[in-house]
Amino acid sequence: MIALIARDLRLAIRAGGGFGLGLAFFLIVIVLVPFGVGPEALQLREIAPGILWVAALLSALLSLDRIFALDYEDGSLQLLATAPLPLESVSLAKAVSHWITAGLPLVIAGPALGFLLNLAPAAYPWLILSLLIGTPALSLIGTFGAALTVGLRRGGLLLSLLVLPLYVPTLIFGAEVARRGGEGLAVQGPLLLLAGVTMGTVALMPFAAAMVLKVNLR
Amino acid sequence: MSIWDYANPKKFIATTTPLVPWFFGLAGVSLVVGLIWGFFFTPDDFRQGSTVKIIYLHVPSALMAINAWLMMLVASLIWLIRRHHVSALAAKAAAPVGIAMTLIALFTGAIWGEPMWGTWWAWDPRLTSFLILFLFYLGYVALWQAISDPDTAADLTSILCMVGSVFALLSRYAVNFWNQGLHQGASLSLDKEENVADVFYQPLLLCIAGFVLLFLALVLLRTRTEIGRRRIRALEMRARRQEVRA
Amino acid sequence: MTLRVRDLSVARGGWTVLEGLSFDVAPGTALILRGPNGIGKTTLLRTLAGLQPPVSGEIEGAGDDVAYASHSDGIKDALTVEESLAFWARVYGQDVPADIYDAFDLGDLRHRMAGTLSSGQKRRLGLARLGVVGRRILLLDEPTISLDRQSVNLFADFLRDRHLGQGGSAVIATHIELGLDAPVLELAPFAAQAGAAGGSDEAFL
Repeated sequence: MIALIARDLRLAIRAGGGFGLGLAFFLIVIVLVPFGVGPEALQLREIAPGILWVAALLSALLSLDRIFALDYEDGSLQLLATAPLPLESVSLAKAVSHWITAGLPLVIAGPALGFLLNLAPAAYPWLILSLLIGTPALSLIGTFGAALTVGLRRGGLLLSLLVLPLYVPTLIFGAEVARRGGEGLAVQGPLLLLAGVTMGTVALMPFAAAMVLKVNLR
Repeated sequence: MSIWDYANPKKFIATTTPLVPWFFGLAGVSLVVGLIWGFFFTPDDFRQGSTVKIIYLHVPSALMAINAWLMMLVASLIWLIRRHHVSALAAKAAAPVGIAMTLIALFTGAIWGEPMWGTWWAWDPRLTSFLILFLFYLGYVALWQAISDPDTAADLTSILCMVGSVFALLSRYAVNFWNQGLHQGASLSLDKEENVADVFYQPLLLCIAGFVLLFLALVLLRTRTEIGRRRIRALEMRARRQEVRA
Repeated sequence: MTLRVRDLSVARGGWTVLEGLSFDVAPGTALILRGPNGIGKTTLLRTLAGLQPPVSGEIEGAGDDVAYASHSDGIKDALTVEESLAFWARVYGQDVPADIYDAFDLGDLRHRMAGTLSSGQKRRLGLARLGVVGRRILLLDEPTISLDRQSVNLFADFLRDRHLGQGGSAVIATHIELGLDAPVLELAPFAAQAGAAGGSDEAFL
């Protein structure tokens, strides 16, 4: 499993664009928001946690279709399926490398982009924490979606349609943590629920993803 | 004989063919009677006036929107466990009916909401949950349409239905949580079934029965169509194979 | 471990393509599959590899002992030859044998990116993977495609000396004479009849 993660990370670095594109997209969405809603600092402060979370979610979505597609096209996925590594571990490894290349950069860049939206100072630690806890769920759910659509030629759009409704709980709890943190309210409730959703996806999604991969490789 | 005998497509068609007109007929009768009774022979609500009468469309369709998904979940599980083709096709057939029910519930909700709350749409937990349910239906149908091999499509959509059910339930609680968070103590409660009086209740029951029957009739009809399509495909494949051989 | 196949039927796209197959492949021996295109060679190998379930019949001794090589080699352009082999060895919990590069004439290419290799060289890299996975039964689907005569000989030597000679076995779908002393299984007689049972479309006819 570690071998697979290491290989995917190496490939992401060598192919270039792995880290950069998602981040650039995140930045662009954040820059566009004030153009749409106006530059008033107070208004931006109010919507900042939600916008940051929605933008993070969209940029995580952007790279999902590459999780399995490349391995499927060149035959590696078939070979991995016959290897001693169970497909559940393959799915988990894929989710981990997606998180490292697409999720972790968002956690790091999130606060920097918070400045652009005049995020409340008290919200910063909670934004970072909620992204840190929530983005793994985005990668795991996305891995399941990518496994579902791996055999399809134009699966990208379908992938978004399938995955976005599954992101609703993570988005709600994640943005709620950041918002409450900024307003100085208690964050424990949504934080625990967010962690619960992530734990649940860690436990379930690799199995679901392996099931659909088996079907798609048949 | 066991219930699983009906999982054979031919047996299913033979058994359901005479039933479908009856379901449609009964659905029609109970809906006509229930709606006329509800619309014209019940008093206006003292608070909501005659707008309350949309309840006879709103509540049954909302109920069926959820039950259609539950039926799809059960049918998907049966397909995954027992590999009965009819089960998978019934799930496929129910999805568009479920979409229609969800849309009726959303639209009647909006029509009701406008005079009551002064807005066509509010991000009320229940309305929001239905909107999310609608998205789940869309994804499910889109996945069926995207995959050409019928067995692969049945497997993948069944798993999506299972995973989707978990997340739909989760979203329901998340949305409740989220809305509470927005405006403390929601002032707009949609809980009205509990407080409807008997005069409203009896025609409502009749309308619900009508919607259930209509749902069954539509799903049976659509399942038969899906079986027919699948049969055509199988026959075409066989013809092509024999051509190659000859 | 002997690979035993009894009364096997396999399906592709909802249709049974081969039925009634029975054969044994003992350690140290190979079996060559022959048959026209579309007869089901790939389907049979995929079934033996466990990628798809058989329609009926039994497969014994496959499971965790097989390694499968398909038409596509699963080669990543951005990895070097050495890294590719090291990756697969790690996935299978094996070490890369030092002489594997010479066996497939990859010695000079060790540090080249796979993306810069010719298709024949890529194929050699793909086949070299079979030398690092440590599996006893190889399932090979047209292994010699895009190889020149010399490379075919290299591969035949590898199979004979390093694999079969060490007690391994192989099922090979190929049209090229590999010079192996192996029985040939002609698949045409096992082609399923048009009305063969078991395909998933059967219920609808």
